[in-house]
Amino acid sequence: MYLAKVYVTYKESILDPKGEAVHDALHRLGYTNVDSVELGKYFEIKLIAGKQPVEAEVDEMCDRLLANVNMESYRYEITEMEA
Amino acid sequence: MKFAVPVFPGSNCDHDMVNALRDILKADADLVPATTTDLTAYDAVILPGGFSYGDYLRSGAIARFAPVMTAVQAFAATGKPVMGICNGFQILTEAGLLPGALQANRSAQFICETSDLIVRNVETQFTSDYAAEAHLQLPIAHGEGNYYCDEATLAELRANHQIVFEYVDNPNGSVANIAGIINRQGNVLGMMPHPERAVEAILGSTDGLGIFKSLLARHEEATHA
Repeated sequence: MYLAKVYVTYKESILDPKGEAVHDALHRLGYTNVDSVELGKYFEIKLIAGKQPVEAEVDEMCDRLLANVNMESYRYEITEMEA
Repeated sequence: MKFAVPVFPGSNCDHDMVNALRDILKADADLVPATTTDLTAYDAVILPGGFSYGDYLRSGAIARFAPVMTAVQAFAATGKPVMGICNGFQILTEAGLLPGALQANRSAQFICETSDLIVRNVETQFTSDYAAEAHLQLPIAHGEGNYYCDEATLAELRANHQIVFEYVDNPNGSVANIAGIINRQGNVLGMMPHPERAVEAILGSTDGLGIFKSLLARHEEATHA
């Protein structure tokens, strides 16, 4: 069994109004030292190795569903879980 | 002319769409479930607005893989007209039937208001009933209607006259004031405003009628040619 941790965030050219709203709220709480907030998505996917290598499969999942590559980028870490 | 209106879990403009087609346009229209795999009996498909699959993950991201979307891909490939309104537009971009993506409104707020639009291309089967550069008053109601595409895509949209509707006062941050686009082949249209909510005077506007009248006229022409 493998554990894939997938992080999806907006590309730099994309506005992130939700991140900005959180940024403003942190400032209102007094954390004026906060420079920026990026609000993204985090997935934990547990899977067993299929026909193709786990990494290739997770990559494909990101391209096809987890991220919209028009406006988002993704990265992931894959670890083998102890049985 | 027979319209199919696919219904996804969470669609909420499906009945408005069918009422507009049946009661006002006197056309045949069926609500078809998202599990439908064959649309060959229809002349046009309209993906309605709403929050398909709860907008989980991203608007349209899950609906894009519903069985009916395989049928919509095949339907579009035959050249028959496909239209997506609001969430339907989001689904079409997720499905790759239209370029670009719809991201969160610049204001981070859900916007529900009447928008002033300009029809930039009346040479399409969806807009031939309108006068060139006509101004339309159509309702918008969305949280993620901010159209985004990269520079190269925008240049392509402009070069091929694919920008069909523009906002006069950009409400959501859309690139180039884009409210609606068409594919290069001219048979797939996506728009954020709701023409099906502007088909009777009592609704405040009848400016949406022209889209459906255009489609009906084109179909009439084709079948009696």
